[in-house]
Amino acid sequence: MMISIIHRATGVALAVGTLMVVWGLLSLAGGEQSFNQFRICTGSMPGLVLLFGWSWALFYHLCNGIRHLVQDVGVGYEIPQFVRSSWLSVAGSIVLTVLVWAYVLMQGGAA
Amino acid sequence: MSAKDVVVKDRRNPLKVARGLGSSQSGVSHWWSQRLTAAALVLLGLWFVVIVLSLLHADYATARATVARPWNALLLIAFVLTMFWHAVLGLQVVIEDYVPTRWKEVSLLVAIKFLAVLGALASVLAVLRIALTP
Repeated sequence: MMISIIHRATGVALAVGTLMVVWGLLSLAGGEQSFNQFRICTGSMPGLVLLFGWSWALFYHLCNGIRHLVQDVGVGYEIPQFVRSSWLSVAGSIVLTVLVWAYVLMQGGAA
Repeated sequence: MSAKDVVVKDRRNPLKVARGLGSSQSGVSHWWSQRLTAAALVLLGLWFVVIVLSLLHADYATARATVARPWNALLLIAFVLTMFWHAVLGLQVVIEDYVPTRWKEVSLLVAIKFLAVLGALASVLAVLRIALTP
């Protein structure tokens, strides 16, 4: 139940995040000045917080989405399996988010 | 209400009306498109994350040159189109489930589709500009 509503919530959050992708591409096409402005915004504190949130939302939606695709084949519907795989989505999303941001920190931060 | 009243109000046979209700019209197509775009986004989404991470400290020229590479431009356009398509399908279900007032529901459904088309076109145009101008 909770897992299902989080899937929807992260989906809606990611739909808002698509605007960021558009902004990034437009700024890159617009020239050096607009791109640097985009980099300053994404590297700022609110920008980083948003990016962090979106990265987790993406990885959660990705892991749980794969889980749903597997369930669409018709497997994993026993209640213990169902609960276990939902925790797998949560764990997987946290691991992927930590890996990505560990990489960012190792590269000397996002700014 | 007798069957006669129904016929007077609406000249269709009641069975004809009932048959058109629910997801019996385009529900399967919606369901299938959502899964198809989901499967594509597993691959394209992971690729996008890798590309973004590879550009972490890239300067403007490097970032532009990376996006301009044919395979990257192609996959980026594929990613953006699939992303907006999947977003519309998902948002549509959420709106249909949680917006009780009909006119608000329809307005939102129209609005997200307009926005998604604009977003997709703007993104594709941006990638093409980057890929095709030296």
